[in-house]
Amino acid sequence: MTIPVSAADWIVINTELILVGTAMIVLLLDAFNRRISDRISPWITLVGVVGGLVSLGFLWGQEYTGFAGMLVIDSFSVLVKMAILFGTGLAVLLSVDYLRREELAQGEYYGLLLLSTVGMLLLTSSANLIMIFLSLEMLSIALYVLTGYARMRPRSQEAGMKYFLLGSFSAAILVYGVALIYGALGTVDLAGVAEALTAPGILSNPVLLAGAGLVLVGLGFKVAAVPFQMWTPDVYEGAPSPVTAFMSVSTKAAAFAALTRVLVFAFSDLSGVWMAVIWAIAALTMIFGNLVAIAQNNIKRMLAYSSIAHAGYILVAVASANQLGIQSIPFYLIAYTFMNIGAWAVVTVITRKGEEGVGLSDYTGLFWRNPLLAVSMGLFMFSLAGIPPTAGFTAKIYLFMAAVNANLIGLLIVAVVTTIISAYFYLRVTVIMFMHRPSEVSAVHVPIAAYVAIIIAVVATLWLFLFPNSTQAFTEAVWRMGL
Amino acid sequence: MIAELVIFIILGIVAVSSAFAVILSKNPVYAVLFLVINFFALAMLYLVLSAQFVAFIQILVYAGAIMVLFLFVVMLLNLTGAIESLQDKLPAQRWLAPALGMVLLVEIAVVFLSGFFAQVPEASELPEGFGTSAPVGMLLFSRYVLPFEVTSAVLLIAMVGSIVLAKRRP
Repeated sequence: MTIPVSAADWIVINTELILVGTAMIVLLLDAFNRRISDRISPWITLVGVVGGLVSLGFLWGQEYTGFAGMLVIDSFSVLVKMAILFGTGLAVLLSVDYLRREELAQGEYYGLLLLSTVGMLLLTSSANLIMIFLSLEMLSIALYVLTGYARMRPRSQEAGMKYFLLGSFSAAILVYGVALIYGALGTVDLAGVAEALTAPGILSNPVLLAGAGLVLVGLGFKVAAVPFQMWTPDVYEGAPSPVTAFMSVSTKAAAFAALTRVLVFAFSDLSGVWMAVIWAIAALTMIFGNLVAIAQNNIKRMLAYSSIAHAGYILVAVASANQLGIQSIPFYLIAYTFMNIGAWAVVTVITRKGEEGVGLSDYTGLFWRNPLLAVSMGLFMFSLAGIPPTAGFTAKIYLFMAAVNANLIGLLIVAVVTTIISAYFYLRVTVIMFMHRPSEVSAVHVPIAAYVAIIIAVVATLWLFLFPNSTQAFTEAVWRMGL
Repeated sequence: MIAELVIFIILGIVAVSSAFAVILSKNPVYAVLFLVINFFALAMLYLVLSAQFVAFIQILVYAGAIMVLFLFVVMLLNLTGAIESLQDKLPAQRWLAPALGMVLLVEIAVVFLSGFFAQVPEASELPEGFGTSAPVGMLLFSRYVLPFEVTSAVLLIAMVGSIVLAKRRP
């Protein structure tokens, strides 16, 4: 018997194969020669990530369906995959010196990072509920380990354990939902689900509704939407900073891709039901994330709540469920990747060994200690708040326009008001850095790799504001994706 | 049909009561052993559904391998004292958990009474060899080859991860 894998199947998974291969090389090299591996494994990882980006470049503008409709390549998934790989690449640049400073093992770290990325890439193009569950598990299990990677630090252990317990629980809920959907419709294929939903009378089927609700809970956990957000601050605070940077952007991107595919494309006939739910979740997430962030004096916790709030903004685009909304999701995810990783990069550099120095007071007068770092951090804070001249501003404009087109005026008002509230805590960081004099002027040592990451993030944050048209061709193609 | 119903009811009673015994028994070793009974009852239920392969995997993997590990860990950790102290620390949960459980039960009852199960189609004739390992294997290596391979990567991650977290300090 031959295993039927067609040429299209290989094309669909080629990015994932490149990264799995890189992960194998990194893991094996570490097993055979630890000294060499410690020196070169980050650079091998980077080569793999760049290779993945190149392969995505070749896939751009094409549409493929592989493995009997389980995976799809379309403009939407290619764009989100680019966001994920940018996130991984920048996280690798941050990790190089971080791992050395914290005296952590290198080889397995990059192997797990790459395999988690593969899970995210698969999740982005999954068009089958089984694949969604499996790739979600793949990215999550690697992330549980990475969260507790600094295992000699109790905070990291605690974060890993919390994330593992709650994450497994949410995975169980998701798979229960998948089982109920299968029971109601007899298919787990998203295209099959969309077709089955056109049957008369199926939409009020309670088993189907329960299943869809449970799947929504499972995915809502991964994007950290209220009320499934309780793990976020503790996990983001306890995990090693580069891991937090990675998971706050890349996991979110992958999970939002899956959420969009499930809700907008498979369950579009059910939108009368989920629209109200997403509306409420989006509003709650924006209000909760931004209000609680105000009270934080720990920069890692503040950024964690900010990441919850941003999930709320992206949910506005999901709730719009129109052309502009779907286009603005990849744009927002790419913009968010750069600005948020940039902010976490500065946090990683400022913290001292053992994750000390994460209070807002540690940023007092940063401008006098390292002007470039302070200006970059200020730019990222402006971008996260949605103030021009930054990518965050452009992304929010797209999003608000989508909400207007979808006539979601109530949600738009919530989004605008919470954006104004969020300016308070983002700008407070800027004020602390620029307006207050430090008690002692000691220079901040910034490793070169981290500098490169920060500069890439700064350039991208400005670029997406100055030339949004350069990505317009990308986002316009998104709507034409087939499913 | 009647014989099948009787077997189902007996197995159902065994499964549910052993599941209750798992959470009610004070001694963790007893709890684990009740879980074994529960797994066996479930395996029998799979057999009634003519899913032989799933039934034997259930016994081999769950009742066999996983439960042995469970017992091993429980006996190594010697949890008897720890559980008593755990109960005192969670006074709110003791009342909240049954209440929320009742809410869930009502919810399930509503789903069951809603008439959905009246729509379930009549059982059809099963194809030749249904539920045996051959068709399952054929499906795994043809239509579901991608999930199968991804599962292997997930297992690799779990293996690397557990070694990373458990190895001696550098």
